[in-house]
Amino acid sequence: MNDTVNPAKISVRGIRKTFELKDTEFVALERVDLDIADNEFVTVVGPSGCGKSTLMNILAGLEEPTAGEALVDGRSVHGPGPERGVIFQQYALFPWLTVRKNVEFGLKLAGLAKAERRERAEYFIRMVGLEQFADALPKMLSGGMKQRCAIARAYAVNPSILLMDEPFGALDALTRVKLQEQLLDTWSSEKRTVMFITHDVDEAVFLGNRVIVMAARPGRIYDVIDVNLPYPRAEDVRLSPEFTELRNRVWHSVYHQEAGAVAGSASS
Amino acid sequence: MGQVIVMTDSIEQAAARSVAAGGSATTGVALPGPGPAGGRRPRRMSKRMKLLILNAVSIIGGIAIWWVLAESGLQLPTPPEVLQKSIQMWNAGILQEDVAASLARVLSGFLLGTAVAIPVGFLMGWYTTARGLFEPWIQFFRTIPPLALLPLVLVLMGIGELPKVFVIFLAAFLACVISTYQGVVSVDRTLINAARVLGAKDGTIFARVIVPASTPFILVGMRVGLGSAWATLVAAELLAAQAGLGFRMQQAQIYYDLATIFVNIVIIGILGLAMDRLLLFAETKLTAWQERR
Repeated sequence: MNDTVNPAKISVRGIRKTFELKDTEFVALERVDLDIADNEFVTVVGPSGCGKSTLMNILAGLEEPTAGEALVDGRSVHGPGPERGVIFQQYALFPWLTVRKNVEFGLKLAGLAKAERRERAEYFIRMVGLEQFADALPKMLSGGMKQRCAIARAYAVNPSILLMDEPFGALDALTRVKLQEQLLDTWSSEKRTVMFITHDVDEAVFLGNRVIVMAARPGRIYDVIDVNLPYPRAEDVRLSPEFTELRNRVWHSVYHQEAGAVAGSASS
Repeated sequence: MGQVIVMTDSIEQAAARSVAAGGSATTGVALPGPGPAGGRRPRRMSKRMKLLILNAVSIIGGIAIWWVLAESGLQLPTPPEVLQKSIQMWNAGILQEDVAASLARVLSGFLLGTAVAIPVGFLMGWYTTARGLFEPWIQFFRTIPPLALLPLVLVLMGIGELPKVFVIFLAAFLACVISTYQGVVSVDRTLINAARVLGAKDGTIFARVIVPASTPFILVGMRVGLGSAWATLVAAELLAAQAGLGFRMQQAQIYYDLATIFVNIVIIGILGLAMDRLLLFAETKLTAWQERR
């Protein structure tokens, strides 16, 4: 990741975000700097209240930072854009639309003709293995299927960046492991820059090239840990000693945080 | 602030009622039991049959009790007398005329009321300005039973159709506007965000997210509005009308004609029930996507 030759896909520059809480000011993010390279898979992990969702909302263009700026492809982010797909923890499928119509939603807004919409939607529905449920309403789907539909919907508009906010957080452990592996499969065949937020240390290590550990009060980047495990990753990776070691490092970084320390400027 | 809470309350009750009604209507389909479907089917059928039989028994029993009471010296018309009266009124053309007059009033008032309530409710939910301007008046008028305005309306609008349609309009409007507004403000933020990140602008979000997401609330509002329109209609006709079901009862009361009163009561009940079932049917069709427990 050589910043001078190949500018980062996503750049976060000195972002600060505060919220008014009655009379006091709550600092959700403080001095956050981050570069994510093209096609990198970055996971963000941290205790609740560390501002990881706020950071994602700023990148998604759903919130404006109080200070600093977020850059995507060198351009400042103001509002959502088609190059950034977002996947929410609560699935956020439109309950009155079928799986197919949900996946076609963004394509219709992009002005694609009906036949082309059909074809693209069909492709991504098949990619997530929901072809048998293409005409089912979301209420008929399990949590894992709903999230797969949301992933297909985000992929369909062909974003170069995927922002995922604890997408598997509401799923049972078994489904989560399955979806993690499917997500990596999809990512290897359809390369995207991914920022994946989670509170699950195992998930962060298993998925990411790099794990960003955040700390709370104020929300900030606490540590950055490179994960040098080769892709494709499957069960054997989870059981490897290297994985365990990295997992322990991240765990320690998340659960034994020194007050006030910031990555880079932390005194050691 | 207190006003808003009161408002939310009544909507929630209405919604609960609707869910209960919708739930019971779909129970037969929504409960696929474990194990082979064939094995469960006869039991489910028999439960349904049992309910129908009990309904029939209850209706026949009720009429029987009425009949016994009528025969035992209470000054009530017997069921055959009421039936005979209704045939008589039908043949004279009075019944059709009254039903037509009442339905015309209730439907025009109800449709106008909903037609105005839905856009106003959307405006209130979407624009703070609209909410600030409309809310005090809506909160004020919803504490007044529309009928209480009838004397004033009669003085101002004369004794034609207008005052009656107006109070019915008001009744339907107030019920529907609040629930539409509630529907708009309770749309899940995540759905709006999901639409935004997929490229939707305000207009699209309104048409493709806000409108469908608040449809269940609007339909509940319409059902409540229809009920209150119907109640207002009959009372308005009792006070001032030249035709209609309420008017006919009022006339019959003067002549001590209990059979006519009974005929009209039964007709009012049947028409109200039929209209409510019609809306309930539309509701289950239009909001079938909702997750019900």
